[in-house]
Amino acid sequence: MSAQSDAAASRPGRWQPAVTQDPMLRKHGAQGHGALGQPVSRIDGPLKVQGKARFAAEFPYEGLCYAALAFSTIARGRITALDTTAAEAAPGVVLVMTHRNAPRMKAPSLMMSSPTAAGASDLPVMQNDEIHWNGQPIAVVLAETQEQADHAASLVTADYAVLPATTSFEEAKKTPRQLDNILGQPPVVEIGDAEAALKGAAVQVDQIYRTPRHNHNAIELHAATVAWTGDELRVHDASQLLDLTAGQLADIFGLEADKVRVSSPYVGGGFGGKCLWDHQILACAAARLAGRPVRIMLSREGVFRIVGGRTLTEQRVALGANAEGRLDALIHTGIVAMTTHNSCPEQFTFPARHLYAARTIRLAQEVADMDMLANTFMRAPGESVGTFALECAIDELAEKLGLDPIELRRRIEPDKDPTSGKPFSARHLIDAYDKGAERFGWNRRSATPRRRRDGEWLIGMGCATATYPYHRFPGGAARIRLKADGRVTVSTAVHDMGMGTATAQAQHIAARLGVPLDHVTFEYGDTTLPRGVIAGGSTQTASIGGAVIAATETFVEELLKLAGNDSPLAGLSLAEVETRDGGIGHRDDAARFESYESILRRSGRGELVCEAEAPPPAEMEAFSMHSYGAQFCEVRVSEITGEVRVSRFFGSFDAGRILNAKTATSQFKGGIIMGIGLALTEETNFDPRSGRIVNASLAEYHVPVQMDVPAIEILYTDIPDPQAPMGARGIGEIGITGVGAAVANAVYNATGKRIRDLPITLDKLM
Amino acid sequence: MNPFTYERASDAPAAIGLAKGSAAARYLGGGTNLVDLMRETVERPEMLVDVTGLPGGIEPRADGGLRIGAAATNTALAADAHVRTHYPLLARAILAGASAQIRNMATVGGNILQRTRCRYFYDTAAACNKRQPGAGCDARDGFNRYHAILGASPACVATHPSDMCVALAALDATVHLDGPAGPRSIALADLHRLPGDRPDVETELKPGELITAVELPPLSFARRSTYRKVRDRASYAFALVSVAAALDLADDGTVREVRLALGGVAHKPWRASAAEAALKGRPASPESFRAAAEAELAAATGLRDNAFKIELAKRTIVAVLSDLTGDDA
Repeated sequence: MSAQSDAAASRPGRWQPAVTQDPMLRKHGAQGHGALGQPVSRIDGPLKVQGKARFAAEFPYEGLCYAALAFSTIARGRITALDTTAAEAAPGVVLVMTHRNAPRMKAPSLMMSSPTAAGASDLPVMQNDEIHWNGQPIAVVLAETQEQADHAASLVTADYAVLPATTSFEEAKKTPRQLDNILGQPPVVEIGDAEAALKGAAVQVDQIYRTPRHNHNAIELHAATVAWTGDELRVHDASQLLDLTAGQLADIFGLEADKVRVSSPYVGGGFGGKCLWDHQILACAAARLAGRPVRIMLSREGVFRIVGGRTLTEQRVALGANAEGRLDALIHTGIVAMTTHNSCPEQFTFPARHLYAARTIRLAQEVADMDMLANTFMRAPGESVGTFALECAIDELAEKLGLDPIELRRRIEPDKDPTSGKPFSARHLIDAYDKGAERFGWNRRSATPRRRRDGEWLIGMGCATATYPYHRFPGGAARIRLKADGRVTVSTAVHDMGMGTATAQAQHIAARLGVPLDHVTFEYGDTTLPRGVIAGGSTQTASIGGAVIAATETFVEELLKLAGNDSPLAGLSLAEVETRDGGIGHRDDAARFESYESILRRSGRGELVCEAEAPPPAEMEAFSMHSYGAQFCEVRVSEITGEVRVSRFFGSFDAGRILNAKTATSQFKGGIIMGIGLALTEETNFDPRSGRIVNASLAEYHVPVQMDVPAIEILYTDIPDPQAPMGARGIGEIGITGVGAAVANAVYNATGKRIRDLPITLDKLM
Repeated sequence: MNPFTYERASDAPAAIGLAKGSAAARYLGGGTNLVDLMRETVERPEMLVDVTGLPGGIEPRADGGLRIGAAATNTALAADAHVRTHYPLLARAILAGASAQIRNMATVGGNILQRTRCRYFYDTAAACNKRQPGAGCDARDGFNRYHAILGASPACVATHPSDMCVALAALDATVHLDGPAGPRSIALADLHRLPGDRPDVETELKPGELITAVELPPLSFARRSTYRKVRDRASYAFALVSVAAALDLADDGTVREVRLALGGVAHKPWRASAAEAALKGRPASPESFRAAAEAELAAATGLRDNAFKIELAKRTIVAVLSDLTGDDA
């Protein structure tokens, strides 16, 4: 028995992940409670529309100066000459920082390599004359205004000794590299001899699918305002990993961890991109050099140059089936581009580890090292592009079998995790398909392509499975502060990048503590609060849940102590009580109850403060935990020009309990819109001659615009996951998964053409 | 962005007088392209002469034509009742371009003089003969999906990005200029140059010359006119191919007159004269349209990424002319 379960067993009534359920599930069942699940509007909405929510680049400081970056124009080599004299002489310039005068700093450590590591890359930042990618910052200019800084940065000139660089994926993939692990998972999974089984299968599909590079384009540009006071560093950041950023900056600058405070109450979109990149480090270094506070806000081009994106993939999916559609072989292999300085392998083989039953399985992915900016996480890294390949192949197989693609998925639905053998905590994929198919009108689809048209427009329907894993990160803590008037504040250093964390958590806390929503304040976005988890991998909601459960247990135990022997609660233990109606009551005896206010008043306390850390995520070890969905798409394709318009989209999700119907629906829709971009428009043009991104602009890097997005309908099962806090699995990323395949499958149904190379641009359909 | 001085002119002589004072002066319309290029340090004017205060009226002529002040905004022109009735292809072309916010700022004169969107032209780290004569062209063997298939040269394969100009070319527009040597006029179709070996010289404008107005002759068969733009997303993207067309049919179903211009295919708005010649007097049939499109694109050449535009242009021409032939056109 582990130490954790020892401790839990000694305190009956505590949540023991994988052993007991979150008590909220027992208390409230599937029906939710009070505000939970309701479509509550964003708590921070009024502040945002009034312009009162202050973002990272909006904090005023006395003596603030503005930063601009100059970027390298070669992919690999050494700076032989760096002329900053014109920049230094330009109006308003405070200083120009280069590798020659930058403070000495430790290099960042790769994210996940230690508890405080936040580096997307482990390259030192402006510490030497080495160039590792085209677009690397070579100088920071500080000036009295942003315009002066921008102008001076344009005057910095550099000469280079150019070294041979690998900037062609076609070249790089000739020498593939096998990683030790893929985000902690084995890079190769083999069950039986899949290649032999494929050869012997009655029906086979064996295809290569390609997805291009994508870049982050959140509406808020990456920004930070930083200020030193002696050895104390204050950073206003646009961040989705506050505590890691603070720890990493402390490490880089050789400070005690508590000397760095990072806050980020409002963020204009994260998607995996709002992490620690060179700009925050450079701003802190330049501020130290200048002895003045510094604001840095990247230009849109700057975001393309120094904030990594989703890497490209080349994937093989091979499926072998018997005549009934059971899978004899499931093979998903391939390669992505990466650098030797990062750890983000775009885990496209992950969906196939969990989705379908197959007699033999082979999953493997390799990387091709290139001289480029470190790639990073972007909404559903791996699953977004992995489901494109896998779910297109499933559609191709269904056609060869003469089966409806939903019926094929019904036949290969596994009863346990196909690669780990673990039981599913909850899985209602077929339910999501059935409900979605009915509402979407799937029965109107012709199995034969090119059967529906409206003038020059061919109309088709497609579907695909969405999937994303449940994760709960360890280490998060939460603090509950109860005031004499019965109001509560819950605090933890977590993030709301626009997805509605603050609102959904306020609802969660109101339900968990049995208080009205307007009695709840949720404090987040600041490293002075109890340590929080990152907002990534759709983990934050469940991770906060784990911490709040733990804090609530301590809170109830403290209140029971304070209640003492003169209370209706006298003698009751945690296991016998529940929170309700603004107080604590016996689970089975409505008469035994005392309100929080009464307990505090009688004990003479003005407030009660409790803090606890979440228990380790044992549920993830014991169960295969994933969210699922069925994506349905209708497209219209011009037979003349090949233009594709998505005319209808329907997402039917199984993501556990939904905490806020409004913000959740927005999350699902946002993911689908990003998926439409992945399917039809988004592609980073990385010039293999120079290693330089050519379309570093929103005019040429095509995210979907309003007219590309049809009405999107969302449905969800709202069935709680018995192993997850609140019964909720994260929903930030699943929306994008499966969309690429649903669109591609619909395009096939409309035109009879299989496009296996994203994005599906019109030239591929002409 | 480099430092510059800013002057505001009240009329054309004042603007020309101000600009004469500086060798590196530029006229400023809505700034939707010039200011972007200044931010990228591709344009480095020492002086901006703001001409948005010059006449921007849109006035019908006695003969049914139209005179448009160069300072008219794109939004005003597209919304003008006379334009919508008598030149629907022009209204549609303008509305197919940019975004509402950009059209609110952009002027007619500025739209005509906007520069290519070739990213190698924008990126000062790339080789570009247009930005730096003799430097070479990174687009020729690079990302050139949006580049020219007609009239390009070894020095430059860039396209002119305007939608409005494609309609103006089809409409036989005249551009009125004023400058240090006095006023003159030039056909819109002759204003922009093909790149040749001097892609840095984009128009026939002489130093200090200013567009003051655009004039359109009447178009008697405006009912059968339209603009179709094919692009990589449904809005806010430059044309891969666009077609402005107007068709006049005789009672026997043959083509009496036709105006045809293409966008997204060349260094200038491309008046499709060969196609027009091939169509006159021919039956208004898909076969004639296809033959005319083939004639126009006979000289087209594709690059790495844009060869599909040759067929796309042909198909779009046929589709647009076929639409205009229908009874509901």
